[in-house]
Amino acid sequence: MNYNWDWSVFFKSTGIGQETYLDWFISGLGWTIAIAVVAWIVALMLGSLLGVMRTLPNRFISGIATVYVEIFRNVPLLVQLFMWYFLVPDLLPQHLQDWYKQDLNPTTSAYLSVVVCLGLFTAARVCEQVRTGIEALPRGQEAAARAMGFKLPQIYWNVLLPQAYRIIIPPLTSEFLNVFKNSSVASLIGLMELLAQTKQTAEFSANLFEAFTLATLIYFTLNMSLMLLMRLVEKKVAVPGLMSLGGK
Amino acid sequence: MDFFDFSGIVPALPGLWNGMIMTLKLMVLGVVGGVALGTVLALMRLSSSKWMANLAGAYVNYFRSIPLLLVITWFYLAVPFVLRWITGKDTPIGAFESCMVAFVMFEAAYFCEIVRAGVQAIPKGQMGAAKALGMSYGQAMRLIILPQAFRKMTPLLLQQSIILFQDTSLVYTVGLVDFLNASRSSGDIIGRSNEFLIFAGLVYFIISFSASLLVKRLQKRFAV
Repeated sequence: MNYNWDWSVFFKSTGIGQETYLDWFISGLGWTIAIAVVAWIVALMLGSLLGVMRTLPNRFISGIATVYVEIFRNVPLLVQLFMWYFLVPDLLPQHLQDWYKQDLNPTTSAYLSVVVCLGLFTAARVCEQVRTGIEALPRGQEAAARAMGFKLPQIYWNVLLPQAYRIIIPPLTSEFLNVFKNSSVASLIGLMELLAQTKQTAEFSANLFEAFTLATLIYFTLNMSLMLLMRLVEKKVAVPGLMSLGGK
Repeated sequence: MDFFDFSGIVPALPGLWNGMIMTLKLMVLGVVGGVALGTVLALMRLSSSKWMANLAGAYVNYFRSIPLLLVITWFYLAVPFVLRWITGKDTPIGAFESCMVAFVMFEAAYFCEIVRAGVQAIPKGQMGAAKALGMSYGQAMRLIILPQAFRKMTPLLLQQSIILFQDTSLVYTVGLVDFLNASRSSGDIIGRSNEFLIFAGLVYFIISFSASLLVKRLQKRFAV
């Protein structure tokens, strides 16, 4: 083995301004989080709406949501990203096109594309989870709410959704973690998130293994801490009397 | 902008076809290798040796918490280094081989969990009966448990394969010419990249959608 491990590389100057390689990683992590969190909010809102739509008795409305899910689940993420980044701006009206391509700086436009792409992509998955959660509830819940005089929106808002969300926290958590992992595709349209910074560090410093080890560690820690956090949330909001509490 | 013009796709079809072959090759090899390694990992996770179970568990956790794109990029850059350590000389290795290794190792973590769940769904009595007939643990696994488990988990394995089919498009990052990359470059040449992108998306959609419909039908037939 004649590879020279040098962990101090992260504190060395990159040769660009005053920045060290560690600064690159920190800013990369910042972008990764900024993409994932905003995309997740979009996904959660749109996905919940679609999930509710899929459970409605109206064939037309649930059909729309089904078509959405099938389209966004069966086209690769990268193809979708290229569509949002290259194709969709070309379809916009002229003044919006000019704004997107000329007024915005390249980082902002890449960020917008990636957030929209990941948000809509993940919404299809969230939709399926929300639907499963609602369908897992005993039918009596809806009937009881109806008997008490609740209107359909009230039934969903006050009775079905609050319970459904609490059931589906585990699968939602893994979707949430997926958003973080999937945000790495942003590196392919030139956004300097964590993976892009890692690649750049590997190229600039020639300390390939250190760079990728650190990146792996960051992703790993991020995953583990979010998972633990979600477990706490899950315990906190668990529906009393269900098996998920460990039979208590 | 000028109107869409899809006429450029027809002459580009042979190139796109070669790209599709590459995509399918990556997927098939990834599934075969991933299931093989994943089965080994699953057996390790289920083994009574704590040490083996933890090792396999760590492997699965590790690969499930990092992005596939990171694995592909890392292996592309690192595999030549590692080979040099092992063989002591420069071994030229292409993007294809490094992507293969990345897919097999990454997917194995996911296949491992599917196989493990499949094995765990087999009633305990099967193992007991096999042992009562004088089979060793290995024989019972190979001849009794795994064949039944695989039958049960075929729909899940196929679903994961469809996901892998879509994920092969990530080899774009190392410049391997799969279907997506072939579409991008042939579109760029004639300045019709949008049309080619739509075409690529459509092809991916049709293949994955019909495959998942098939899986759903299969699932109904396999349902116990």
